[in-house]
Amino acid sequence: MITREDVEHISWLASIKIEDEEKDEFVEQFNSILDYFHQLDEVDTEDVEPTYRVVDLANVFREDKACKSLSQEEALKNAPRRENGYFKSPRIV
Amino acid sequence: MNMLSQLKDHLLANSSEEYLSKLFEKVENSRLNAFTTLAKESALARAREFDRKPWGGLMAGVPIAIKECISTRGIESNCSSRILKGYVPPYDAHVIERLKAEGAVIMGKTNMDEFAMGTSTETSCFGPTRNPWDLNCVPGGSSGGSAACVAGGEAPCALGSDTGGSVRCPASFCGIVGLKPTYGLVSRFGLIAYANSLEQIGPLTTNVEDTALLMEVIAGHDWRDSTSAEKGSYLPGIKDGVKGLKIGIPKEYFGEGVDPQVEKSVWDAISTLEGLGASWREVSLPHTKYALAAYYVIAMSEASSNLARFDGLRYGLRVGEDKDWHTTFSEIRSQGFGPEVKRRILLGTYALSAGYYGRYYLKALKVRTLIKDDFLKAFKDVDIVAGPTMPIPAFRIGERINDPLSLYLADVFTVPINLAGVPAISVPCGFADRLPIGLQLIGKHFDEATVLRAAHAFEEATPFHEKRPEVV
Repeated sequence: MITREDVEHISWLASIKIEDEEKDEFVEQFNSILDYFHQLDEVDTEDVEPTYRVVDLANVFREDKACKSLSQEEALKNAPRRENGYFKSPRIV
Repeated sequence: MNMLSQLKDHLLANSSEEYLSKLFEKVENSRLNAFTTLAKESALARAREFDRKPWGGLMAGVPIAIKECISTRGIESNCSSRILKGYVPPYDAHVIERLKAEGAVIMGKTNMDEFAMGTSTETSCFGPTRNPWDLNCVPGGSSGGSAACVAGGEAPCALGSDTGGSVRCPASFCGIVGLKPTYGLVSRFGLIAYANSLEQIGPLTTNVEDTALLMEVIAGHDWRDSTSAEKGSYLPGIKDGVKGLKIGIPKEYFGEGVDPQVEKSVWDAISTLEGLGASWREVSLPHTKYALAAYYVIAMSEASSNLARFDGLRYGLRVGEDKDWHTTFSEIRSQGFGPEVKRRILLGTYALSAGYYGRYYLKALKVRTLIKDDFLKAFKDVDIVAGPTMPIPAFRIGERINDPLSLYLADVFTVPINLAGVPAISVPCGFADRLPIGLQLIGKHFDEATVLRAAHAFEEATPFHEKRPEVV
């Protein structure tokens, strides 16, 4: 069972603020969805390997060559806050 | 002018600008809400250029509509989300480069469920798209705008993306053709990621041949997608018919939960294919009932990781005064994401969090193996598998949006295909009253050619794809 406290903890982990009035609805919806997910417990997966990708392509390499990339102006164009050619972030310390 | 090959001749003989202007006029007077961003100026300029000095290419002069989540250089691409409103990509997705190289004209962007999370195009920040067959119904989702504009005659063809049915569901609900290619066949470079181990870009068209033509354009290897494979051949052989083709009918795709009219239309379709020389036998995909749970665990987990990049730093919404790092991001994400996106990120975060990884994510990946093995086993005896695309016809706008689980359940026959990575097409196969029904044909990995050939034979023998809605 998911509780209000669980929802608060997940919201912190996911960096999404949740308003107090939303919490009860999330608790209810999460419990009904997780309840549905629990039918996976019925499946015997002993000795079954997980499938991370369906196409068997791994360790695909390319030449270590410099190629054309975005200009600084293009890279910064969509940034809502910038300063002196940098992205402007909130204070970290 | 039903087919793109005919449209190309028409554009050469007449005016591409005039044709495009008429489409834009239709879009601007439309009640469908299928388009979200129109690239009117750049598209008309390109059409004028084409009229002055026509170029060649598989898509020479042909306008195309693009789903909001596919990056288009210089044209806003916002995933129908508040958090990305105003974002203009500085580069084209691989599929857009390919379309331009083959002479296509990008008309604009189409509405979708926010970040492709939905089955109805109701979770968009631009409001719902309407179904051209009944304006009170949803067009399906998440590529609802792409399907509705093609079905409503506002664009001759479109691209969507399919993570758990998002091309096939709206194709089915809107009475058109939609293909989800084999995982890896179409580069995902420039597709804004939702669940990257599941999704593929696919065409939405009024007929099967146009879908094959678009596959010739967009499929193929791209070094910028590490899961990218070489393309096959789709147009040659498409008219070779189905004589001797062995079709598997999964017993799990019929019965409880399937609308009787849908079931009847799909069985009629199988009889039609039988009449054309194919044979069918029952097959079993025993893990079908677990596909939805496995799919949603995997999709939500991947989403929680992929959508962590939306923090208002490099692009997107930034609100209020900057506070400390965590508070600032949490507020941006709280205001920028809609309820369904929040639900999926939060549940995905939970499924991946300490103590739950094995129970949910790893378990789902193991069930995924069993679902994939179901298909591989069935394909030892048959060439394709056939069933309904959706268990129901289009439902009414607002009918299911407040009950997330009931919406998820509608994806029961589309998500197994993404988990297995196989290709599948939806083609019109009948009507439930006025609303279209889709037949789903599923193929072996990288065997799009057989899927397209069977779909084409069915289309030639039936009138459903010729019917068009009377949009007001």
